[in-house]
Amino acid sequence: MPGISTASLPDIVFMLLFFFMTVTKMRSTEVMVKLKVPKASEVTKITDKKLVHYIYLGEPTDRLKATYGTGTRIQVNDAFILKSDIPAFIETERAKMPEYKKNQIITALKSDAKVKMGIISDIKKQLREANQLKLMYYTNKKTSKN
Amino acid sequence: MAKSKRSIPEINAGSMADIAFLLLIFFLITTTMANDQGILNILPPKIVGEPPVIKERNVLKILVNANDQILVEDKIYMNLDDLAEYTEKFIMNNGVDENLSVSPAAAVISLKNDRGTSYNAYIKVQNELRKAFNKLRNQLSQDRYGANFDALPESKQDKIIEALPQRISEAEPDNVGGDL
Repeated sequence: MPGISTASLPDIVFMLLFFFMTVTKMRSTEVMVKLKVPKASEVTKITDKKLVHYIYLGEPTDRLKATYGTGTRIQVNDAFILKSDIPAFIETERAKMPEYKKNQIITALKSDAKVKMGIISDIKKQLREANQLKLMYYTNKKTSKN
Repeated sequence: MAKSKRSIPEINAGSMADIAFLLLIFFLITTTMANDQGILNILPPKIVGEPPVIKERNVLKILVNANDQILVEDKIYMNLDDLAEYTEKFIMNNGVDENLSVSPAAAVISLKNDRGTSYNAYIKVQNELRKAFNKLRNQLSQDRYGANFDALPESKQDKIIEALPQRISEAEPDNVGGDL
């Protein structure tokens, strides 16, 4: 019985490799909060990923609990920040964009479902202060009942 | 002249698959599927001047309190499942019931929450409101153009939005049950 030729195996694997290289995106930040985002059915998809920046919100993970306590924390990039630092963060994100895209940037709020609205209202206030009005509540997809 | 015909040995490509697999696994681990979706919201700009006066009947007041209960028009406690239906009724009233909106274009939803309201409850309410608007917009699109709202060209979408604007205004939360 002749052996199966594996000469085209590299081609197949390379094809897979290129597929994953194009459709995926590098993990940029390590999430430092416990995150279980709520589910919603009426979602909008964002096509241009470059416009999005993230604000994470939740309790610090078990590993970081000893250092940061159990209160709700705000994380951007790789650090916890205070509410009052948000306008400065928005400004740096805006500075990364070319001029014509500066007012199209979107803030994606990835918040744990258990977080209270008080802190979220404060964040919204800070975003308005920074004149950053496009806010997306990041959710997972839920298939609607009907 | 002696070495005119030297044969070049083939490069062994047997390990190519291994190298490619290694790269593939590396990318599988370090990358994430891009999956950015959520409820898009446009915040109001910082306050400039007096807010416009809106007739009482054109405003649908929804309060989500610190116990995640929903109170509509200051008097009816409502289940989450009934909210979308009631919102649709409110918007499409067209002046029939004197407590509900005059026309879809005039209807405003006023959403208020406490500082102790959970984010989950808030998102669920937002989702129901959007569900109501999306359903009505799809209905109107079907009636006028015979296609769903998402399938229409932008010029036609604008006309639908004009007839059925999604006006959800959010009031400052009350300081109930807030810990931060």
